Amino acid sequence: MASLGSVCLLLALAVCVYGIGASLYGVRRGAPAWSDSGRRAVYALAGILTVAFAVLEIAFLRDDFAFNTVADTSSATTPTFYKAAAVWSSQEGSLLLWAWLLSMWSSLVLFLTRRRMRDVAAYATAILLGFGGFFVSLMIFYANPFATTRPAPVEGAGLDPLLRFPTMMIHPPMLYSGYTLCTIPLAFGMGALLARRVDAEWIRAIRRFAFAAWFFLGLGILLGARWSYAELGWGGYWGWDAVENASLMPWLTGTAFLHSLMIQEKRGMLKVWNASLVLATGTLAIMGTFLVRSGVLNSIHAFGGQTLGVPFVCLIGVLIAGSIYLVVTRRDMLRSEHRIDSLLSRESVFLANNVVLVALCFVIFWGTYFPLISEALTGKAASVGPPWFDRYTVPLALILVLLSGVGPVIAWRRATLANARRNFLAPVGIALSTIAVLLLAGVSGKPFALAMFGCAAFVLGCVGQEFVRGVRARRAMAGEAAPVALVALVRRNRRRYGGYIVHVGIAVLFVGVAASSSFQHAVEPTLSVGQSSRVGAYTVHYVRPTATVTPSNDAAHTGATLSLGAVLNVSKHGRHVATLYPSEGYYASDEPSQGSVGSLIGGQPVSHVAMSAGVTRDVWSAVAPNIETPQLKRIVAIGNRTIPFVHPEDALIAVAYLARSYLQHPPPAQFHFIVSPLVMWIWLGGLIVFGGGLIAIWPAPSAMRRRVSVLARGRRARAAQGLARA
Amino acid sequence: MNVLVALVTVALLGAVILLVSAPLRAARRPPDPESVADRAELEAAREAKYREIRDAELDYRTGKLSSEDYAAIDGALRAEAVAILDRLAALGDVVPGDSSRAPQAPSS
Amino acid sequence: MKYFKAMNPARKRTVRLTVALSAAVVLAGALIYTSFSAASPALTPSQLVHQARPGRSYQVTGTVVGGSVHRSGGTLDFSVEDRVGGTVVPVAYTGTVPDPFREGREIIVTVQKQGGAFLGERDSLITKCPSKYKAAPPAAGKQSY
Repeated sequence: MASLGSVCLLLALAVCVYGIGASLYGVRRGAPAWSDSGRRAVYALAGILTVAFAVLEIAFLRDDFAFNTVADTSSATTPTFYKAAAVWSSQEGSLLLWAWLLSMWSSLVLFLTRRRMRDVAAYATAILLGFGGFFVSLMIFYANPFATTRPAPVEGAGLDPLLRFPTMMIHPPMLYSGYTLCTIPLAFGMGALLARRVDAEWIRAIRRFAFAAWFFLGLGILLGARWSYAELGWGGYWGWDAVENASLMPWLTGTAFLHSLMIQEKRGMLKVWNASLVLATGTLAIMGTFLVRSGVLNSIHAFGGQTLGVPFVCLIGVLIAGSIYLVVTRRDMLRSEHRIDSLLSRESVFLANNVVLVALCFVIFWGTYFPLISEALTGKAASVGPPWFDRYTVPLALILVLLSGVGPVIAWRRATLANARRNFLAPVGIALSTIAVLLLAGVSGKPFALAMFGCAAFVLGCVGQEFVRGVRARRAMAGEAAPVALVALVRRNRRRYGGYIVHVGIAVLFVGVAASSSFQHAVEPTLSVGQSSRVGAYTVHYVRPTATVTPSNDAAHTGATLSLGAVLNVSKHGRHVATLYPSEGYYASDEPSQGSVGSLIGGQPVSHVAMSAGVTRDVWSAVAPNIETPQLKRIVAIGNRTIPFVHPEDALIAVAYLARSYLQHPPPAQFHFIVSPLVMWIWLGGLIVFGGGLIAIWPAPSAMRRRVSVLARGRRARAAQGLARA
Repeated sequence: MNVLVALVTVALLGAVILLVSAPLRAARRPPDPESVADRAELEAAREAKYREIRDAELDYRTGKLSSEDYAAIDGALRAEAVAILDRLAALGDVVPGDSSRAPQAPSS
Repeated sequence: MKYFKAMNPARKRTVRLTVALSAAVVLAGALIYTSFSAASPALTPSQLVHQARPGRSYQVTGTVVGGSVHRSGGTLDFSVEDRVGGTVVPVAYTGTVPDPFREGREIIVTVQKQGGAFLGERDSLITKCPSKYKAAPPAAGKQSY
């Protein structure tokens, strides 16, 4: 079966090469049959890669350890769900996933545009097949998922226990969907520049593609943050790690693109910005993919052979050079049709929005790649930490939130003072009163957080005002009752009001970020049974230890041989708030040097966090039990000495004995407690963002028919114009 | 096993070749006239123009456009929309009921 | 300002663009400058031994030496050696220890030299993904500095 997979890869490469040739020939020679053939090559690629992916997936599910990737990342005892998902936990498998997703999205997009934008689509086809061919080549020449070892090993290494969380396994496909989707607007952007065609049709299409990329990438980032917070043992959701940053950067430029495209549509401005942004988004997505698998930066994701670094650098070099070339040589068609009349205008605000988002992206880029930059410039690699990132991103984030309130409200062309007064009086008032109320309530000492609360209140005020005015306008026009008017208003103007909802979501999200980072209480006490610890306004009481033995009893369902934990009572002002059950799981390792008993629990321990989440605060707890007391170590040593490897059931009994000993004489355990206010607002804000986004992009029903007087009015207007000129 | 792999390979290869060469083997139909591409483009432009007219009205009613600006912009947009409709009509087939998606004249 | 208002629009735009670009250059310059001063150089243990000065932070990358891991109270003591073997540096670290931490794993930790010993900065310990094939998703506890 492995040979079938390898054959599929070779066939895929051939199809890519053919498709590129056919599409380019078709578009250069004006032979649409060849372009169609090229498009069908993409469909063929999707089909072939689906077969290849199925071969690999089946190998995992069947425990075919002849496949190197299966032997490396799965085992007979790994639960089935994780077996299926282990496909993409290795370098080779993840490359296949990337290529497969790319081929599927490309097929979908090219099918939907098969009758339109012929020239642009043909170039886009060639570019997308180029990416496909690149990834397939990587697999054929550097990291083949279908490499085998014969005779096949009897058992596999098993899935890293740290990956045995459902969100962990969904995270890569989600993120890869985001990354691969970013290449589609890139391809159509380059296609438009190559074909010298940028028009309403292209804008409509590319907006949808860019939105899909923005949506999935954003969802992937949010899920990653949520996973980091809820599953990993450090209690944070964002650490400015290289790979987090790598996924955020294209999302920022994608956001800028979606906004700035509106200006191009309405006033024919910012075309160079848009071309650059869409190309940058795709390039940053490829760079993000590269970062995660090249080990070029010191981050936890430093995996993958160094061999992959060179091809990626070449690809990125080609993308950057190509983008610059295209934008420079096509600058005549990217000329603005109008100019910015005044600094106080909607056009200006959108431009400022672009600038702030690009500035944010630049800061993050600089900080992320700094080790490489400093090494190139000074010969010594150095890295910057989160404090440096925070210093620059926080003020920029404040400005961004502020702009997201100003943008929807400010007038086009030029905002007069009277106009500004009318539009901004109420929101500014709301913002100032919010700050005043918070100060009076004792929320102080953190000026940035307070400023963010004020900005968020400003945004809510602006958006609320927009809704109120919109409903009022609708009622004036159609005489509906307020609730009906509201629904109709949103339905008829989805892009606008969906977008406003996204801004509300962003404001809520940043409130959550500001509150949880500025007003957090964290302690790391070592507690014996019966002791308590104060954390913020809460008291955490260590009631008693817990222990489970054997993988089938593992409360977290991850196959831990041994799990030691604690029962914690959380109370506030004497009243019981929650009971938490954090634990640490100990897994089997494949190191016989640890002994028959030791190897059952010698694998990488994984902390299982317990938290009480609430709208106003989260109480988060983790425990690191002390498994290395002399008494416990003695039990393991005796077990190692007396129990042979061939009797694993006896070794398990020894582990059970160890668990019982732990329960009877629990040593002090190290705990980590965090109380963070408003963390839930981050996830809620994210949901609002994505809900608003869906509203914005939802196609309007064709049942929106209204009487037309366009012709009549239009003729009259033209006549008036003609008269004026006479 | 190898026989199976070989068979599947041949089948895949055949399917791919069939799929990819279909447009090339198809009876020489005349290439879509420019007008088809133009038509799609004009329809997209028309939808965009309608949306702009509606947006401009909403902007005016929510205080983002002064009434003089609005009158000027509205007139210009509607003129442009008429021009697009004319060009669509010139292409030969104005589908009845299209124009019913156009925005209503403002009651002001 | 009156002079500015009296200018023709094209001139105004040029002035605005110049001001904006200058501001961008200044800010970028500030950013770049602070990054060099705020950064901790990334060193291997052998480089650390030769180059470390007291009071400055350094980021050490290396492998945890087998048998060197001891926990006493809230402190974790371990030794780091070069990936290729050689110089061994003892580190006393306080703070959260990521789950994958163990002997033989590659770690990154920010340290400061104090006297003859190296103190690990609080919560700065990162353990790298364990092995060559543990690819794709994040697989280790992350720490904030």
